[in-house]
Amino acid sequence: MDHLDQLEAQSIFILREAYKKFGKLGMLWSIGKDSTVLLWLAKKAFFGHCPFPFIHVDTTYKIPEMIEYRDRMAKEYKIDLIVHKNEEALKEGMGPEKGRLVCCKALKTDGLQQVVTKYEFEGLILGIRRDEEGSRSKERVFSERNKDSEWDYTNQPPELWDQFKTDFPKGNHIRVHPLLHWNEIDIWSYIGRENIPIIDLYFAKDGKRYRSLGCAPCTGKIESNATTIDDIINELKDTKVSERAGRAQDQEDAYAMQKLRKDGYM
Amino acid sequence: MDDLREVLKIVVVGHVDHGKSTLIGRLLYDTKSIPEGRIERVKAISKEKGKPFEYAYLLDAFEEEQKQGITIDTTQLQFKTDKRDYVIIDAPGHKEFLKNMISGAANAEAALLIVDANEGIQEQSRRHGYILSLLGIQKVYVIVNKMDLIGYSEGKYNDIKHEMNQFLKSLNVFPLKYIPVSAFLGENIARKSGEMPWYRGESILEAIDLFEKDNGLEDKPLRFPIQDVYKFDNRRIIAGRIESGKLREGDEILISPSNKVTRVKTIEYWPVKKDGNNTLEAGMSVGITVEDEFFNKRGEFISHKDKAPLSADVLRVNLFWMGKSSLVKNRKYKLKLVTQEEECEVLSINRVIDATTLETIENANEVRTNDVAEVTLKTKDRICFDEFRNNQGTGRFVLVDGYDVSGGGIISGVEESRKTVSSFVKNETGLNMNCFDEYFYIMTQNAVRRVESRPKNFGIGDTVPVEGDTYAYPESFDVIDLKNKLAARIRKSRLNDVVSLDDYKYDGSAVLNTQGFAAKVTSQEDCEKLQKDFGRLSGSGEDKEAAFANKWFDIMKYRNIKHKADSEFNNTEYQI
Repeated sequence: MDHLDQLEAQSIFILREAYKKFGKLGMLWSIGKDSTVLLWLAKKAFFGHCPFPFIHVDTTYKIPEMIEYRDRMAKEYKIDLIVHKNEEALKEGMGPEKGRLVCCKALKTDGLQQVVTKYEFEGLILGIRRDEEGSRSKERVFSERNKDSEWDYTNQPPELWDQFKTDFPKGNHIRVHPLLHWNEIDIWSYIGRENIPIIDLYFAKDGKRYRSLGCAPCTGKIESNATTIDDIINELKDTKVSERAGRAQDQEDAYAMQKLRKDGYM
Repeated sequence: MDDLREVLKIVVVGHVDHGKSTLIGRLLYDTKSIPEGRIERVKAISKEKGKPFEYAYLLDAFEEEQKQGITIDTTQLQFKTDKRDYVIIDAPGHKEFLKNMISGAANAEAALLIVDANEGIQEQSRRHGYILSLLGIQKVYVIVNKMDLIGYSEGKYNDIKHEMNQFLKSLNVFPLKYIPVSAFLGENIARKSGEMPWYRGESILEAIDLFEKDNGLEDKPLRFPIQDVYKFDNRRIIAGRIESGKLREGDEILISPSNKVTRVKTIEYWPVKKDGNNTLEAGMSVGITVEDEFFNKRGEFISHKDKAPLSADVLRVNLFWMGKSSLVKNRKYKLKLVTQEEECEVLSINRVIDATTLETIENANEVRTNDVAEVTLKTKDRICFDEFRNNQGTGRFVLVDGYDVSGGGIISGVEESRKTVSSFVKNETGLNMNCFDEYFYIMTQNAVRRVESRPKNFGIGDTVPVEGDTYAYPESFDVIDLKNKLAARIRKSRLNDVVSLDDYKYDGSAVLNTQGFAAKVTSQEDCEKLQKDFGRLSGSGEDKEAAFANKWFDIMKYRNIKHKADSEFNNTEYQI
């Protein structure tokens, strides 16, 4: 088994644990590279089937190509897709001009919380990775959230020998992170090896490309001439810039992500 | 290609403030493994807080960690050398965060145990050393840090080395190297230090490339614990991860503990695999179909027929406890071992050890948080496993107390003979029996199972439960134990007498065997014939035993069988 085989086997093990343990399970699908790899791994884990719904929390500020791609893929893969918007907040005019962190909290965190409550999810699968950002590097594979989706990060449960947290009071839910141990280059190497269809916003046009996808007003492109997956991998090997440097909300406060994530952000 | 590179996971452990996070931060900084954004951010935070730049801030991402200058939770970071890729795991040193330290260390293949040259060996240096030995991590370097604070003194370094060696030796941990460093100043981290010419060994960066990776899991006997069984389409796929060994299409396999034998029909893939490689090996998450479709369930072990795992319900274990409340007897815990989950309780606490001194805590009747102990556990049903020294993956388990994973341990051996049973007792004589057990038809398993009653000794005059959920005996009856030649008389629901079978006289009361099955006897003559028949049985084989039992015993005369759903069965308490 090579490195990618090992990463894949571990992720499949995690997905199967989640499916076995949680009656109500859903997978968050952000259309980006990580959750697209996650979708592929789910198909592998369950032999071509996706035995749980996919959830897209739509802020209505997403880059338009993302929504178009989402709807096309959902059809192609025959995914049971739940699209949710925080209509209440949108009606009241929520947007990035009210403050980036306020907007993230309302349209993403609260939107997600509404989905969890509405469908009574016990388990939510997310494609976050340790190498993305500091507070994510401290995460568990199975990470408990209380009924308000809050994360008690100063008192996380022990997690050893792949024995995950599967006992918790009713009303709480578990965030399942099957890609926690992957890094950005692993993701691209795997997409290349498995030939996974991926949205073309990641490939350079006119000397610029997206490295991380999010809402249009808060996501910047990077200078790049990478037009193939191999180009992207080579670019990443030399870069000194962090993956989420183009994500404006991260830069708002020294502990922006920790604060957002404590309240239930992805 | 990069995806063929080897990855090694190293945990950094040691006492609080001995410099674990600083060492890792420095290692990442010196190997240019940190994105500029992150370093700039940490510099900005340091400036904002009016503090000098701390390498540790690169890891201690939480606000609370940076403000208090401590590591609360474990982190994993990646960096690479020319030889291979590394995942480096930072573990907190505070005693109160021991569970986070264990979470980090349990994932590692090798360890760096850090000791502050100035402070010397402290409580957590020893406790972490002990935990490493319990986790089975044998590849250990001891790093003597802050050498700058003791003027790079070779003598002091040798004293620490000697003391640490003595301690670790008693745990059967033998450090492969000792390395003197100053993490803050970068001495012997990524480059050889000019300050310690007396040290001829490698810098940390050079030394970690010398750790040899463990291979050979695929050469151990096959262990494939069933994770789940899928029926999404016309295939019935048994899914799980191969913990050790290899499996091929067509192999004859044994499923334990139910002891069913079948063959691997197909190996399933998505997308469908085109090449002809049909060997599965340790580490893979796989799916197979089998020739005979038995009822299979999560937790069962697939192995090859001649190399079955152990199976028992009384286990001798070494464990560490990190629960909110102590580990005690007479309390139910959930044991999780690979994909098995089984209710268990503590049969005996054999020894509780202070992990910082290795001294036995006298007369301990509980295992407190952060203690380590040798304990005998009793699981409700038999489980499958291996001894830890033979197979790490299937020889270790966690204990769940309520909602929380509260302990972890390794299995050192099996005890078969400790099972307690109910008995009728007079003076020193006891007639062991299962008359008050219940029988249920478990619907999900399509099988009849016996549920044991709570073990109890009945003395003369004690009331016995003549009626249960699934049995109803007369008020007065006799129980005979043919094997041990004993008989007990129950009169008006009370134990009246226990006598030798030779002295037993039939008086018209119903006669049962020790299972509560009715003996077909109506006279003293019948009783003697029964005993004679039994005497001729010895060594004559199972077929004759069954014929004998069918001739003489009626299972259903006083008994009944009731339906039970599986989940209900798992939660069944003792009946009395």
